[in-house]
Amino acid sequence: MVSEKELKDIIAQVLSEMNVAAPAEKAAPAAACACEVEDGFIEDVAIIDIKKQYLVENPVARDAFYELKQYAPCRLGIGKAGARYKTLPVLEFRAAHAAAQDAVFKDVDPEVVEGLGLFSVQTQCDCKDTYLTRPDLGRVLSDEAVAEIKSKCKMNPTVQIYVSDGLSSASIAANVKDVLPAILQGLKSYGIDAGTPFFVKYGRVGAMDQISEITGADVTCVLIGERPGLITAESMSAYLAYKATVGMPEARRTVVSNIHKDGTIPAEAGAHIADVIKKILDAKASGTDLKL
Amino acid sequence: MILKTKLRGKVYEFGSLREVMGKANEEKSGDKLAGVGAASVEERVAAKAVLSHITLKDLYETPAVPYEQDEVTRIIIDAVDPIVYAGIKNWTVSELREWILDTATTGEMIRTVSAGLTSEMVSAVCKLMTNLDLVYAAKKLRVHAHCNTTIGKEGTFSSRLQPNHTTDDPKGILASTMEGLSLGCGDAVIGINPVDDSVESVTRLLNSLTDLKNKWEIPTQISVLAHVTTQMEAVEKFGAPTDCLFQSIAGSQKGNEAFGLTAQMLDDGYAMMVEKSTAAGPNYLYFETGQGSELSSDAHNGWDQLTMEARCYGFAKRYHPFLVNTVVGFIGPEYLYDSKQVTRAGLEDHFMGKLTGIPMGCDACYTNHMKADQNDIENLATLLVAAGCNYVMGVPQGDDCMLMYQCTGFHEAAALREAFGLRPIKEFDEWLEKMGFSKDGKLTPLAGDASVFLA
Repeated sequence: MVSEKELKDIIAQVLSEMNVAAPAEKAAPAAACACEVEDGFIEDVAIIDIKKQYLVENPVARDAFYELKQYAPCRLGIGKAGARYKTLPVLEFRAAHAAAQDAVFKDVDPEVVEGLGLFSVQTQCDCKDTYLTRPDLGRVLSDEAVAEIKSKCKMNPTVQIYVSDGLSSASIAANVKDVLPAILQGLKSYGIDAGTPFFVKYGRVGAMDQISEITGADVTCVLIGERPGLITAESMSAYLAYKATVGMPEARRTVVSNIHKDGTIPAEAGAHIADVIKKILDAKASGTDLKL
Repeated sequence: MILKTKLRGKVYEFGSLREVMGKANEEKSGDKLAGVGAASVEERVAAKAVLSHITLKDLYETPAVPYEQDEVTRIIIDAVDPIVYAGIKNWTVSELREWILDTATTGEMIRTVSAGLTSEMVSAVCKLMTNLDLVYAAKKLRVHAHCNTTIGKEGTFSSRLQPNHTTDDPKGILASTMEGLSLGCGDAVIGINPVDDSVESVTRLLNSLTDLKNKWEIPTQISVLAHVTTQMEAVEKFGAPTDCLFQSIAGSQKGNEAFGLTAQMLDDGYAMMVEKSTAAGPNYLYFETGQGSELSSDAHNGWDQLTMEARCYGFAKRYHPFLVNTVVGFIGPEYLYDSKQVTRAGLEDHFMGKLTGIPMGCDACYTNHMKADQNDIENLATLLVAAGCNYVMGVPQGDDCMLMYQCTGFHEAAALREAFGLRPIKEFDEWLEKMGFSKDGKLTPLAGDASVFLA
């Protein structure tokens, strides 16, 4: 056991090495509210630009590596604490992962769906857990959903567009309000008739095949949340197919991916998707059958 | 073979050994998805009880895919040493488990018996092991392999430096590689997953990384993880410098077909490396696996994902690989749901690989749609080191910007080495000291400063 005297000596030594004078007397906390609460914010760790961040202490060739790391979108130049990470990068990582997890595990807010003017139906998944573990059920609509689509949607439209949560609820909230009107505007300018859009909860990409069969659309297009990475949790894709049928090869889908504010910008993506739809209609083909 | 038992008087009867093997697993979402898992916790225990009395002969005679239909089965069965097998065929799975765990049983002895095992036996004994059993048993099993350097020696722990990039930008890849090296990563291999897997791109990446390796005289291996035939074409057509060939493999012929792979391709690749590898060898192949890949390509033949994974190792053994790792949490929550299932699978795969006799590492990882986080993966990495795992991955802060998943970061291997008193591969360790990045097995203040390579 270390004696109290030895312990005091160790503390004194550590403090002297840290260049801090040892307090002569232990100051007792004066009162419960002794620490004054100041106004202001701690730095937002979720918005730090990792390309500009360079935390290595006294690098031998700072500028050269700073310049080189501009070519990599990953977490470089982050220094270390012993053989572990500095505190700030750990917090940044956790903030990014938190956004990704929330995007996956939280449902799309019903108000967001209403705000988009969409009615909502569900696949055969009864909850998020089922959705994540049973991809087969996420490709099949519930009986109620089939009935509701049949009663509320215009049948046999040229194009059927719908929205689905997929693996990122955040991507729906962030992008659809710009992408959907842009697609519809683009189709209108081409004189292409679009059906009634709606929202599918707990949907996988493959659900579009059943929806295509129900509505009888020439082209079916789903706007669906991508699996989040740590760089963004808001990325969305559009999958399109010409006369999709249940059981058709995956290769018949055309995809427009990476739609988010730092990727393909939502409004531009919408115009692009309208162009792709036009090409699919002209070629009467999609996926690998279609040369874009 | 008895397929019935009772728990507190309640009868559990199984229709086949295949059904017992499926239900005796620890819980996995992939086995549920396949419809082969136990329906209740009690049924799981009943299946384990039945399995404990199954003999190795029963398992030998029940390959997951029939011998006539499947080249993976043929490779596994044909490799069984008949003399060793004759000596153990009447052992029960329980007896095999207790023999492996016995203090008097050395790693050397287990390696000898391993020659008489099929992958179904390896899978069966794994199912009766607890997590600490898997650590304790695997710890006995050192499996070395040599390419340019020797991996898997007692007292060492290695890492693959994985400098993946969203567009294969050569400068960006160099930046990652330099930072990883400065933190002591990359003694197992510097291995990149290319976005563009054309022959030209693979050649470009092999040349770029080999130039860095040669310029700084780094004692390690380089690999670009494209399809094996693409890498071979890069060697054939452009003379690309290739230390070892990579390929993803599965536990059935049909599963390999989904990867566009046949055993013949690997036979050809191995033969090419013997002649043209830039490394000394004799171990030239690098394989990646992962529980659930057979189910995802409908190639599991109604079997559980653990058994299909064990068969990957039986298949891999034929090619005397330098590196094999399971990419344990990459496939998603429909196969491994959460941190508990991933941790279990990581320990299982490492144990089964070592029991099969291959130099096993692990990509301890998770995707963002799994219920796991970085703490969970640090836990798994720590358990793997305790189990004597050959290597884990190293990516910048554990965040792979290209594959969009998280695994172990550059800092993990160094921290684990310090915590467990382990060192990198000797030549690499000496190189780190020469560069000033480490001293006596610990990182120096210079470590992490990748600009050293640019000064």
